[in-house]
Amino acid sequence: MQSSRSHDYHLVDPSPWPALGAIAGFLMMFGFVVYLHPSILGESRTETITNLGTLPIMPGVGLVLLTMFLWWRDVIAEAHKGDHKPIVQLGLRYGMVLFIFSEVMFFVAFFWAFFNASLFPTPAIGGVWPPTQIQVFDPFGLPFTNTVVLLLSGTTVTWAHHALMRGDRAGLIKGLALTIVLGTLFTALQAYEYTHAAFSLKDGIYGSTFYMATGFHGLHVIIGTIFLIVCLYRAVRGDFSPRQHFGFEAAAWYWQFVDVVWLFLFVCVYWWGA
Amino acid sequence: MTTIIAGSVKSKTTVTHRIDEHTPSPYSIKRWLFSTNHKDIGTMYLVFAIVAGLIGASLSVVMRLELQQSGVQYFLSAGEPDGHMWAVFITAHGLIMVFFTVMPALIGGFGNWFVPLMIGAPDMAFPRMNNISFWLLVPALCLLVLSVLVGGAGTGWTLYPPLSGLLGHNGPAVDLAIFAMHLAGISSILGAINFVVTIFNMRAPGMGMHKMPLFAWALLITAFLLIITMPVFGGTITMLLADRNFETSFFVPEGGGDPVLFQHLFWFFGHPEVYIMILPAFGIVSHVVATFSRKPVFGYLGMVYAMLSIGFLGSIVWAHHMFTVGMGFAANAYFSIATMVIAVPTGIKVFSWLATMWGGAIRFKTPMLWALGFIGLFVIGGVTGVVMAIAGVDLQIHDTYYIVGHFHYVLSLGSVFAIFAGFYYWFTKMSGCVIPEWAGKLHFWTTFLGVNVTFFPMHFLGLAGMPRRYVDYNEIFEGWNSVASLGSYLSMTSTLFFASVVVITLARGKKAVKDNYWGEGADTLEWTISSPPPFHSFSTPPRITG
Repeated sequence: MQSSRSHDYHLVDPSPWPALGAIAGFLMMFGFVVYLHPSILGESRTETITNLGTLPIMPGVGLVLLTMFLWWRDVIAEAHKGDHKPIVQLGLRYGMVLFIFSEVMFFVAFFWAFFNASLFPTPAIGGVWPPTQIQVFDPFGLPFTNTVVLLLSGTTVTWAHHALMRGDRAGLIKGLALTIVLGTLFTALQAYEYTHAAFSLKDGIYGSTFYMATGFHGLHVIIGTIFLIVCLYRAVRGDFSPRQHFGFEAAAWYWQFVDVVWLFLFVCVYWWGA
Repeated sequence: MTTIIAGSVKSKTTVTHRIDEHTPSPYSIKRWLFSTNHKDIGTMYLVFAIVAGLIGASLSVVMRLELQQSGVQYFLSAGEPDGHMWAVFITAHGLIMVFFTVMPALIGGFGNWFVPLMIGAPDMAFPRMNNISFWLLVPALCLLVLSVLVGGAGTGWTLYPPLSGLLGHNGPAVDLAIFAMHLAGISSILGAINFVVTIFNMRAPGMGMHKMPLFAWALLITAFLLIITMPVFGGTITMLLADRNFETSFFVPEGGGDPVLFQHLFWFFGHPEVYIMILPAFGIVSHVVATFSRKPVFGYLGMVYAMLSIGFLGSIVWAHHMFTVGMGFAANAYFSIATMVIAVPTGIKVFSWLATMWGGAIRFKTPMLWALGFIGLFVIGGVTGVVMAIAGVDLQIHDTYYIVGHFHYVLSLGSVFAIFAGFYYWFTKMSGCVIPEWAGKLHFWTTFLGVNVTFFPMHFLGLAGMPRRYVDYNEIFEGWNSVASLGSYLSMTSTLFFASVVVITLARGKKAVKDNYWGEGADTLEWTISSPPPFHSFSTPPRITG
């Protein structure tokens, strides 16, 4: 089909994964609604479904993850086949930058909510920020440790990147593995912090903005860590070359984005907001 | 200097024949379900938009039936007037028209079909992602329909709390609507990324940004607006979801939250959204006007930078939807003035279209009629927009039918007219079938009459004080309401006529048509290839000179 072409763009073969992804999206969203409103499938089944807990969401989540796996497996295979000519790699980079930018705008919504509440505290929370009844974290305790951990992981991923560009696979693997360890440590510390918090999601606007912003950040850390783990696996397998390693580059960019969001969270929410 | 160019015709024709043999059968389900072809995906978007548009239009006709007389005739539950059911109808109408009709038609449909063709690219940058952008709309629409079936969200498309909170809607309907918007939002963001990368990375050699056709420019700016604002909307409805289900307090005053915050966040997306729906329309109208004036468009660079200014200004005026919430004098003054400034680049566009026609050998073919209708009616909608940009005036007309009249002039008579202009302009290019001129013209004139009779009186009703979003009204408003209803029946008849004409034309099959059946004036690259184009076009990139 592509024999007569004279360009380097990648015309992708037909693929079942987008349609599968759409079905998965529906199942996940509908499952979520079933979890939130067990009575939606009939009053008589309410109790049974309530007992299932979050289980109704899982088929959809599983199918979404499966779609991602199958889809990106194809992308990697296409890269090995030589479909990713330099101009295609450039397009992928543009795409990743735009995706990260859209993620930044997603966080803008939560920061907007945070500043709206903290700059103009209402009488309901005592007219001050943090609200009178909230006992906040000491920013230079655990949160600062976490900042250091994440900043350090930013340097280790850059180490891995430089090693990769020099063709030093051992350095790449070491740098990546360290980054993953630090990322996991961050998640663990964050989980520890959550369990020892003096306030919860339900404690008014402080808890709402705090957990929504740090929670979505934490989710992105986990996603970024998985992305890096995949890169580590591919690095061990020898997928990356100094000339072609978009998958690693995307993961590293994503990691830096997660890092920067945290810096804003630390400075605004933990430090200034305390 | 606008658009360009004869592609390298020789290499093109040789490629055409070889590749045509590989065109999959249109009856293969896999061709559509698994598609990675920008033309097929564009076609699916257009079919989806037409189906959704017919659903949305039917909802509006039911509403006009109800409003034809004062008193409540049809929206009754157990004999009692049901204002919630009414609110569900206006919400579903709004969401379907915005997210499932106008956006899929302009961006997904024409954007997919003609951005790659106009810039001489063989396809979109990410063909597989292109397909999930389309297919995510189907579950999104399913979730929205489910939402209606389980009681419906009677919130308006703006989903303001506390009405959209547990206080107003404690069932699953609003949650389903939120998830529908999540999926539609993901679809839009992925599609927007695809357009930006395609336009940045895949222009034919020699096509600098300042030589790129205006429709591609329009899509580029639209895509950026989507990438900037859609994620904020996603975050906003996520917070609403949390308020409803996880006891957070983002928009709940008792917990220190702020319902007005929701309005800011919503309109930070919602106002650029109206430019998302009109910029591609501007692009289409520019090409149609140039083609049927047999002249290049006047002031190409002015047109480009006017669209950029509109995109930028459109992103910093959102709170003109909120003059009545008590933002204070300074904020009202800023949002008033900033809003009026948008009239300047918009004026540049309108006068450039007029100047394009000036001295041209104008042909009044069907697409041109729609484009001219667009210009005239969009100007009316634009001017009433300047009226309501005055904060003091808006205090009087906020939430009245004046607003409903205004935004239908820019949307139903603006964007939708441009969709029809594009449809008649490119239908033969896409399908190889020819819609008879008489049918297109009949469709135009009946729609033109119908929509004006429907929406013009709404300005009178609004100025007289008729509030929007109510199932019933004081009988003093009955006269113009009856007129408006008659207009909507005519528009609906016209729309059904259009749908039948399309089906019959397609059933009759392809005719032998020229590559450039509009002749001189149609000078973008899609006119250098066959009608319909081969399955894969521009396998050899055209070289742009001049």
